[in-house]
Amino acid sequence: MALLNEPPVRADGLVRTFGGVPVLAGVDLTVEPGEVVALLGPNGAGKSTLLRILALLLRPTSGRLAMFGVDAATAAPELRRRIGYVGHESLCYADLTAAENLDFYAQLFGIEDASARVAELIAWAGLEHAARRPVRVFSRGMTQRLALARAMLHTPDLLLLDEPFSGLDPDAVAALEQRLLDLRLAGHSILLSTHDLDRVATIATRVAILHRGRVAWAQEGGAPAMVVAAAYQTVIGRRA
Amino acid sequence: MRRLLPASVFVTMMAALYVVFMVVPTEREMGIVQRIFYFHVASAWVAFLGFFLVAGASAVHLWNGSRPADRLAQASAEIGVLFCTLVLVTGPLWARPIWGVWWTWDPRLTMTVILWAIYASYLMLRAFGGEDDAIRRYAAVLGIVGVLDIPIIQVSVHLLRGIHPSVITRNEGGSGLVDPWMRIGLLISSVALIVLAGWLLALRMRTARLGEEVAALRRSALERKGEAA
Amino acid sequence: MRGALVILRKDLRIEWRTRESLASVFVLGVLLLVVFTVAHDPEPDAAPALAPAVLWATFVFTGLLGIQRGFLLERENDCLAGLLSSPVDPAAIYVGKVAANVALLAVTQAILVPLTGLFLHVDLWPVLPGLAIVLLLGNVGFAALSTLFAAIAVRTRAREVMLPLLLLPLLVPLLIGTVSATRGVLAGGLAAGGDAVTVLLAFDVVFAVAGWLLFAYVVRD
Repeated sequence: MALLNEPPVRADGLVRTFGGVPVLAGVDLTVEPGEVVALLGPNGAGKSTLLRILALLLRPTSGRLAMFGVDAATAAPELRRRIGYVGHESLCYADLTAAENLDFYAQLFGIEDASARVAELIAWAGLEHAARRPVRVFSRGMTQRLALARAMLHTPDLLLLDEPFSGLDPDAVAALEQRLLDLRLAGHSILLSTHDLDRVATIATRVAILHRGRVAWAQEGGAPAMVVAAAYQTVIGRRA
Repeated sequence: MRRLLPASVFVTMMAALYVVFMVVPTEREMGIVQRIFYFHVASAWVAFLGFFLVAGASAVHLWNGSRPADRLAQASAEIGVLFCTLVLVTGPLWARPIWGVWWTWDPRLTMTVILWAIYASYLMLRAFGGEDDAIRRYAAVLGIVGVLDIPIIQVSVHLLRGIHPSVITRNEGGSGLVDPWMRIGLLISSVALIVLAGWLLALRMRTARLGEEVAALRRSALERKGEAA
Repeated sequence: MRGALVILRKDLRIEWRTRESLASVFVLGVLLLVVFTVAHDPEPDAAPALAPAVLWATFVFTGLLGIQRGFLLERENDCLAGLLSSPVDPAAIYVGKVAANVALLAVTQAILVPLTGLFLHVDLWPVLPGLAIVLLLGNVGFAALSTLFAAIAVRTRAREVMLPLLLLPLLVPLLIGTVSATRGVLAGGLAAGGDAVTVLLAFDVVFAVAGWLLFAYVVRD
């Protein structure tokens, strides 16, 4: 957890094309330590692509990216220890139990005292009762909590979450929100994408709107929900 | 440059045709049909060269993501499979009148078939793999692995007992080329076919580049139309 | 390389949990052996001569099925992203996956070989050591190459047909080598299959190294 002054994310003009089609057309984004940045945008805006690039799962076609002050293009695999990623899918093996999945990733990351850490996270995710059931039978809410636990195993400084609230019922949403708030208090930096404006008000310290592959609007400091909603309508509404 | 290549093709092909059909003496045992040999072997050399070209271009593309290298790999594969097909067609045409069989699992022919199959699978991957940029990388990996396989294939086909004895190899590889003009004939036809292949390669690469430009133009036109709406 | 071991254990655990591959290999293997044997309809004395060909042809087809599954399970729930977001080197992922495939293919062979001996009246006991070596060499070569291409095929459009399409031409020398070596071993022990064994060794080394180097280019987008 050294170098607290280096921003977890500093992206400069990120472009990513797929088969010639630009999904990201020049994204500039910075995430400072301890921030919770909400990335808003309609479907197709490029949120998932951007998050995957930040998770070092995808390389940008052009542009510069520095994570914790390190150039992402030439970084050693060790940089991944500081990043945790929760995608659309759980990244967990459906036929293994929750505990086995976490155990696998703990070993992969070389975490000391793996079994204690796994037990800790199972409790944190509220999955004690299901720890020995295969992931295949989990509800969506349980899967999301497990995915978050998986991302937290190696205590990353930066958490990247791709639409974590989608498909959750109100109880599950509240549970997830609470955990994210706890993480924010503990000093983790979070970047999450969503198209749910209500969530933004409760958790985010900063908001950015992604539209057509670019950051169309960004708000420094917490913004009241109505301001965000108005901005969203303006940005998205202007280009039907 | 654009005029030079077709002119060279014309000149070398004319020379090759003249030498092979007019100058080289008729082979004692096999007669006139033997003249196919010159183009058969020359095609095989071109097919092999194409393979190495695919591998080289693929390696460059993997190294620095170069698009021209990728276009070269694709074009070389297409030209390679063309000449490989020529080998597989001229082979039976030659074999049938002379040895009475359309096909034999002679080591060299076997190798050519496998080579053809690898070429074909490369083109299948590019054609049906999808539109992703990733396909270029996968094709490059296949190109490199294919060329690594060649020496192993070469050795392994000699393990085959064969349905027929090696009738064709007995007559290739020098023992039949008694007259110096025969060697010259082989040389000239090889040069002619290499130049032809080079021309086809240049044309194909230009087409590929133009195709990409058109696609890009089409895309930006579509985007502008969307913004104006 | 610790990462490779972790991945190997994980794959074996999943396979043991579901036993999907084992079941389908067993059934498909038996079916293919029957089909190949019946299609030849050999005389009882001629049957043993078919054994190498029938065995390895069946192995290739059942092997393709098993290897394909190995990467389909990484595709489900985007698990490959989980592997790639860890500090583990892609080459280590390759080694782990190849090791898991070698293990599963070994089980396949353990099923197919006795069955082949049974169906085609071949006495395998006297030549078992030599045969085991040929089986291992064929196994490793097959796994090395197909693991690399399964990773490719699973991300293309015509997925089911793409893997055999890409692999079979490249596998021909392996097939020639294993059939020739098996024939030699059945006739007179390992020495009789000498040249073929060398081909297999070369195949294994070249493609294990190639796969190790090239895997990163396949999985890293």
